[in-house]
Amino acid sequence: MTTRQKQMLYVGATLIVVIAWTFYTADGPQTTAVLAGTVRAATLLVLGAMCGMIGERSGVVNIGIEGQFLLSAFAAFTIASMTGSLFLGTVAGVGMGLIMGWMLAAMAVGLKVDQIIAGTVLNIAALGLTSFFYDRSRSLGMGKYTNIDLGPLADIPLVGTVFFSRPPLTYLTMVLLVVVHVALFRSVWGMRTRAIGEHPGAADTVGIDVLKLRYFNVTIAGGLAGLGGSYLALEAVGTFSRAMSGGRGFLALAVMIFGRRTPFGAYAAALFFGFTTALQNQFQLNSTFDIPPQFVGMLPFVVTIIVVALSGLIGSMRDPAALGQVYEKG
Amino acid sequence: MSRSLLRTVATPLAAVVFGLLIGAVLILSQNASPITAYSALVVGGLGDADSLLRTLQKATPLIFGGLAVAFAFKAGMFNIGGQGQLLVGAVFAAGVGFGVDGLPMVVHLPAALVAGALAGAVWGGIAGALKATTGAHEVIVTIMLNFVAGNLTDWLSANPWKDNSGNNIVARTPLVEDSATIPTLGAVPVGFVLALVVAAACWFVLERTTYGFEVRSVGHNRNAAQYSGIKVGWIMASTMAVAGMLAGLGGAVESLGVDGRFEAGVNVGLGFEGITIALLARANPLGVIPAALLVGLMEAGASRMQFKAGVAPELIDVIQALILFFVAAPIIIRWVLRMRADNSEQLQLGAGWGRS
Repeated sequence: MTTRQKQMLYVGATLIVVIAWTFYTADGPQTTAVLAGTVRAATLLVLGAMCGMIGERSGVVNIGIEGQFLLSAFAAFTIASMTGSLFLGTVAGVGMGLIMGWMLAAMAVGLKVDQIIAGTVLNIAALGLTSFFYDRSRSLGMGKYTNIDLGPLADIPLVGTVFFSRPPLTYLTMVLLVVVHVALFRSVWGMRTRAIGEHPGAADTVGIDVLKLRYFNVTIAGGLAGLGGSYLALEAVGTFSRAMSGGRGFLALAVMIFGRRTPFGAYAAALFFGFTTALQNQFQLNSTFDIPPQFVGMLPFVVTIIVVALSGLIGSMRDPAALGQVYEKG
Repeated sequence: MSRSLLRTVATPLAAVVFGLLIGAVLILSQNASPITAYSALVVGGLGDADSLLRTLQKATPLIFGGLAVAFAFKAGMFNIGGQGQLLVGAVFAAGVGFGVDGLPMVVHLPAALVAGALAGAVWGGIAGALKATTGAHEVIVTIMLNFVAGNLTDWLSANPWKDNSGNNIVARTPLVEDSATIPTLGAVPVGFVLALVVAAACWFVLERTTYGFEVRSVGHNRNAAQYSGIKVGWIMASTMAVAGMLAGLGGAVESLGVDGRFEAGVNVGLGFEGITIALLARANPLGVIPAALLVGLMEAGASRMQFKAGVAPELIDVIQALILFFVAAPIIIRWVLRMRADNSEQLQLGAGWGRS
């Protein structure tokens, strides 16, 4: 980051805090509801974005995140409702995510299917399979994950409720943000991953097994999307319904691009998108504002289009050089 | 059948067979008989005039949706925006269909169809123009436009264009006027005939005109096309507009010929099936017709399959995904059928979200 960008970041952050505080003093409960909703919506998005990020940093586009969310949510919900354990459900969701990641890798890396088509296959398959096996009579008898207060931190007004009185998977996601950041930018694995995404030929020359690492990364990344699916079914909603991912797997891709394929950048972007979602929900509950909810609902998508268009114009938001290309060992 | 045609048809055909076989395993897992289920499926789709009509009605938007994907494919672009393009086409066709009255059918019906086609063209054209000018990847932009279209059509049918007759609370438009309704001739919906004509026209444009040659050149090698003087940006933008127009027409035919109105949530998913159709047809506009008929038949027969064999109609979605998988990964089929590799088989789009 340049000094100028850092300055802008500080100014922006300060502005957000000031605005949030102003609203909080004006209407505490509503501000808290909107910001808590923001974090809730952002968690799923950032998990998907990290899944996409690891794939893309290695040179593999994953547009199957939507399907990974959906099938993992289904697995998590089904196992949790069968065993009565949210933990086992979460494990099942992550496991399903890994399987889906492996399938994407098998198609895109192993069989050299076009990556976009491979992702589309996952999406359509997930929608079909979950609808086919969906059992209306199932439910989570024990309820969904509940909030855990982090001691005195939870007592801080506004911030405490928004960040430190959350259910477990939200905390896990925040930990994973740091883990993925360190792994991507401070570890040998991260360096190799970025190398095979930028210049697989050169990486191969220095002895990195490009295909094997891509296989591994896309599979592991699927686990993150799987956690997202578990989060969706067991923490955010508490049930499964047909097509419940509702396009958020695609939105996660936009979050990833917006966040420049870095975990913290993606979290900032996810919070922004989460904010528009939370705002839309609040608009629907509260009719003080006369903006049709559909127009608020359009906002994240219109913003995404603008961001993607701008990212093509602004050079600094560039894609990994080998993104989307099949690597043939020469 | 010539040898080359046989080769072209072999992979999709084998993909369908494989998809149905795995589907049979799923049916068995539900303690049902695959033979009962599949025969109910076929009878439900072809058994009598009514079911044939239903099959043709189901196939019609699939042809348009398949063409919308196939046409963009030819220029090397992936149009996942069929859903949104179809929705805006459907709502604007319905808007003209119910909003204007007193016109003779020869004016009203074409006007409503054109309204739908134009709305779709704008929707697809936005993605194409952004791709051409900023390099924004059409996959992301079209997906986002799907959501925007969903919200926009929801709002239109729930607010300004809402059906206020009786005590209707559903987000839908009033019924379109008779003069804007697409008629049915016996068991053949006229919309289906229109779809056939449009498919043939797409084939002609792509294979027999200079414009089509330029589109295919851009699809084969963008840089070479640029170097030979083809205006690549214009081709990409216009191809996406044409693709959007095709999907928009599909939506218009749904509103004017099948539903009689636009209702929010009724057409969900139709646009995405176009992807399966186009891949099954290997992006060939004429191949789209049998592909759409096959999927249309399955959809028309699904409810009978549920009734007779107790198999959930969503099985059709699973089979479609399987077919798509086998078409996309022909290496598996080649391996099973011991066919030789053929470079033209793999569809390659290449990706990257920003400049490409």
